[in-house]
Amino acid sequence: MAVRHEKDGAPGYALTTLESLIAWGRKYSLYPFTFATACCGIEVMGAFGTHYDLSRFGAEVVRFSPRQADVLLVAGTINYKMAPVLKRIYDQMLEPKWVISMGACACSGGFYNNYTVLQGIDKIVPVDVYIPGCPPNPEGIIDAVVRIQKIIETGAPRAAERWPLK
Amino acid sequence: MSIVLERLRERFPAEVVSTHSDFGDDTALVRRERIVEILAFLRDDPELRFDFAMDLTGVDYLGEEPRFEVVYHLYSLEKKRRVRIKARLPEDDPVIDTAVPVWPGIDWYEREAWDMYGIVFRGHPNLKRILMYEAFEGHPLRKDYPKAKRQPTIGPEE
Amino acid sequence: MAEPVEITANVGTPDLQAEPMLINIGPSHPATHATLRFRATLDGETILDLVPEFGYLHRGFEKESEAATWTQVVPYTDRLNYVSPLMNNVGYAMAVEKLCGIEITERCKYVRVIISELSRIIDHMVCVGTNMVDLGALTNFWYFWKPREEVYFLIEELCGQRLTTSYTRIGGAMADLPEGWTDRVLAVCRGVIPECIADVNALLTKNRIFIERTMGVGPISAKDAVSLGFTGPCLRAAGVPLDLRKDEPYLVYDRFDFDVCIGEAGDTCDRYLVRMEEMRQSLRIIEQAVAQLPGGPINIDDPRFILPGKPQVYENIEALMNHFKFIMEGVKVPAGEVYSATEAANGELGFYIVSRGGGGPYKIKVRPPCFPLFQGIPHLVKGQMIADLIATLGSVNIIAGELDR
Repeated sequence: MAVRHEKDGAPGYALTTLESLIAWGRKYSLYPFTFATACCGIEVMGAFGTHYDLSRFGAEVVRFSPRQADVLLVAGTINYKMAPVLKRIYDQMLEPKWVISMGACACSGGFYNNYTVLQGIDKIVPVDVYIPGCPPNPEGIIDAVVRIQKIIETGAPRAAERWPLK
Repeated sequence: MSIVLERLRERFPAEVVSTHSDFGDDTALVRRERIVEILAFLRDDPELRFDFAMDLTGVDYLGEEPRFEVVYHLYSLEKKRRVRIKARLPEDDPVIDTAVPVWPGIDWYEREAWDMYGIVFRGHPNLKRILMYEAFEGHPLRKDYPKAKRQPTIGPEE
Repeated sequence: MAEPVEITANVGTPDLQAEPMLINIGPSHPATHATLRFRATLDGETILDLVPEFGYLHRGFEKESEAATWTQVVPYTDRLNYVSPLMNNVGYAMAVEKLCGIEITERCKYVRVIISELSRIIDHMVCVGTNMVDLGALTNFWYFWKPREEVYFLIEELCGQRLTTSYTRIGGAMADLPEGWTDRVLAVCRGVIPECIADVNALLTKNRIFIERTMGVGPISAKDAVSLGFTGPCLRAAGVPLDLRKDEPYLVYDRFDFDVCIGEAGDTCDRYLVRMEEMRQSLRIIEQAVAQLPGGPINIDDPRFILPGKPQVYENIEALMNHFKFIMEGVKVPAGEVYSATEAANGELGFYIVSRGGGGPYKIKVRPPCFPLFQGIPHLVKGQMIADLIATLGSVNIIAGELDR
């Protein structure tokens, strides 16, 4: 049961204790599916590495099967050939799921404005958090994961619930 | 003139249209009819021994006739030399014989030239699209293909 | 009571129908490093036929470069082989400088050698690290990422970016080396990098499991490798001593003393050994290059190619106009065509540039080193098993950014 409230001017939802407990568990054990196609994939590997260490935030267990993953981390350029693959992977994930769009290419096509690059994955999947940068620092990825954790914690509506945009 | 271009001119006097060595690269523009013989000669001749096909690409000289050009870059491991062979193809008939019998490694380069430019390689074992998806229409690297053309996507409505 | 039934052992499978199975591997698959796809025809686990497919990261490098100026192409080249971006920058700048007929300064040549060798080291670290992840040896991946971060700190100091560096310019580089940078490079090259190489070596090279998984896996003969167009570590592992740094020395490689590593069988184990040894040789080159590094300017003194300095741009009207024309219209490069090749981490990285004069290229074709390697994968693994395909694919180091452009 969610009750709408305002805090610091930002809308949010207050959760019941059980839901808060579930949200707490969920946010600290995110299973990312790293859909890493290009250069951003190398920075994802850096984020999971020992220096930046994403496992401090609980998102350590990387699952390469969409059935087992929570968060779809799209890192890299998606072109028209790859787009159906991405959509299929997204559809195969189970609810609740979140999508992080990492890097300029995934957010909006990057500086590739041509016949082959999809100008942003939000044309085909709903995105919760966008990370700008080309490529973003691994700290950007950590920031995105923390934002997803905030979304889970406050019970804010996921992007998938507002999709498709009319 | 370098030994490569000399030998080529000597052996195929009617086929070699022009040669140059600008910027240090030996280049020969040849007719497309006997291209396989020319390439096989370059590979097998004991003075030349071009055993590596390093690159094959097409170039679109829109506005010129013949419009397309197929460019082969070859390297000789033994003699440590390079040569560039070019052949022009007209717009209405961009067909040239495949070089796969000479170097099997040139297979995918020819597929890419077909995909990007629409240059047909006669006799190629598998001339299909390689970089673009199969249902793609058009040949993107041609100069008259608009750069920022969007393609159909599957979206939430579908 | 029923009669006892005689049960015979099931010797062979005369009644079982066996058909080859067609499965699809990729394009979203952890072991294909994303974006590569195979259609494998299998008999049990044995590969009868393999059809590779790629193009899932085709980003239109050539089309974009046709619409850009010469300097604007440099960021696009970073994203080709994104694990060793500085080498692509160097290769492209060398090709355009060949076309312009300009000779860069001595200091710039040495700096380009240092950054190329650092890039080669980090590329080989990614290759071996991710190859081992596919085989289940995750520790090496973490071990190799530590020196990579150290090198990234150096690169970030140099050009402001860790991965997409865009460091070289036509006629020189973006900026000169920071104060004390070479000391820090030497500290990393004498400290973290050799330690990590030694650690991974200790874990893998004499490891029974590693040897069983990689020796004899994905072999290729020298003759086949040459006819398929292989270059780089994969060709050298097959026994062919082709290294452009020795055979067609460019920059100042002829002044350094280093060895070219040759393998024998061309299998995965040899590729791994060649890469490990190449990293050690790169460290040797960096030591010598830093010792011999001359002073002087990093850019050539030619107003046709180099941006005027900011103090002049602010005070002098000619410099302002010059600056404006460079940025808006691009460097004016003479007409012609050129092919320039460098020994990138994966093999021969070639740039074929066609120019019609003017501020931007007419055509740039990149000859990616992994293109013939990926084409040769079916040849390497035919008759072997799926697990061998995974081991071989990792060792061949296919970087999709370069393969698909």
